[in-house]
Amino acid sequence: MRNPQLDAEGRLVHLLTLEGLPAEVIVRILDAAVPFASISERDVKKVPLLRGRSVFNLFFENSTRTRTTFEIAAKRLSADVINLNIGASSTSKGETLLDTVDNLTAMNADMFVVRHAESGAPHLIAAHLNRTGRSHVHVVNAGDGRHAHPTQGLLDLFTIRHYKHDFRRLTVAIVGDVLHSRVARSLIHGLTTLGTPEVRVVGPKTLLPTAVQAMGVQVHHDMRSGIAGCDVVVMLRLQNERMKGALLPSAGEFFKHYGLTPGKLALAKPDAIVMHPGPMNRGVEIDSAVADGARSVILPQVTFGIAVRMAVMSMLAGG
Amino acid sequence: MPLPDAERALADLADRMRGAVAFDAKFVGIYSGGAWVAQRLAQMIPGEHMLGYIDVSFYRDDFNRTGLKPALKRTEISFPVDGATIVLVDDVLYTGRSVRAAINELFDYGRPARIELAVLVDRGGRELPIEPTYAGARLAVAENISLALARAGDGALSFSAETSASKAADA
Repeated sequence: MRNPQLDAEGRLVHLLTLEGLPAEVIVRILDAAVPFASISERDVKKVPLLRGRSVFNLFFENSTRTRTTFEIAAKRLSADVINLNIGASSTSKGETLLDTVDNLTAMNADMFVVRHAESGAPHLIAAHLNRTGRSHVHVVNAGDGRHAHPTQGLLDLFTIRHYKHDFRRLTVAIVGDVLHSRVARSLIHGLTTLGTPEVRVVGPKTLLPTAVQAMGVQVHHDMRSGIAGCDVVVMLRLQNERMKGALLPSAGEFFKHYGLTPGKLALAKPDAIVMHPGPMNRGVEIDSAVADGARSVILPQVTFGIAVRMAVMSMLAGG
Repeated sequence: MPLPDAERALADLADRMRGAVAFDAKFVGIYSGGAWVAQRLAQMIPGEHMLGYIDVSFYRDDFNRTGLKPALKRTEISFPVDGATIVLVDDVLYTGRSVRAAINELFDYGRPARIELAVLVDRGGRELPIEPTYAGARLAVAENISLALARAGDGALSFSAETSASKAADA
């Protein structure tokens, strides 16, 4: 079966996951994002590439931050952006996901940016559009369940490449709640596809997926051994709602073992960078001294995220 | 068809610009060939000519047909465009569409006092009302042939021709 993200010529038509995406496609997106980054540094932060196109932000799960970055990216490409907070409208009246998509396609949507609590929802929409001969309408996965968050993975890769240049010499540690993290999954797939020799996941057994080794990563339950000698430390957000599932004794206990403090960061390489997909829980997974410190590239990640999303949308819309 | 001699055309272009171009005119090359020509002109023509570079990919009118070009470059314009005299520089002037895109992009950086256009070769075939202020050479080239400028290791410029079934890309 063909990768549903690619057309017969291997061009990207939807972005659903980094898993199985060829390295050359990933590199092409990262390369294209470089000139897009400079647009955001100008007084006139807009180019006419997607002028007249309609981008629908379909957010079935709340996310102000991700929705805003997609909205900014689309607007800097001159697209028209329509934000739909679906939770509060049609689906509560009983409309199915694909009926919603069909209705919006009938309004001549050109692109759907989809966030959904269920893994696979963006894939379902893309497959439906492909099957009904409407693959000119593109789907971008903005996070589905625990499955994937490919644009976050791409912006993480862009950030790592910006500071560390060559993936083939890096050791990257991903720390915290890997179990619930679509960010971690997308980043792991991207890193391994681009030839990163050592990717580690670090966390308590209750917050690491079973058989995570099958993704080609090393497992560490001890934070100190996990980040020792690393070039890149990626901290994941500890979602407070997970505490209720008795996966963790307390936020304080988690911080003691897995919170990134200046002392623990000293075990990584002296020029190691610290990343976090946001929003941060200061004092839970990351100490303020690290989050605001010289090695933190957390705010550049946000800036790069706009450029990466502009590159993805342009590549999809340009066919 | 004999190919134009790029170095000869450059020398002739510089001759036409000397004395005619403002002392502080900024030279903005259109990637990739125009960037090389702009660098050479800045050395050959007296004055204080700051350099800039434009990749017109984000302003092209054929994006819907051809999509995003590979190997995008960063547009680099580090001087204030407001009130500046700017000489846009390209290797080959053909349909005029690249120049149209470059002018649009320049205006997103500011309001220049004046924009002039210098090209190594004017091959005719315009599809827009755009004419060069300075041209190194003028010649007729068949529609199915595209001219490409190359730069050797020592900096020497030369033209090559490529025959294609479809009409040559905007030059």
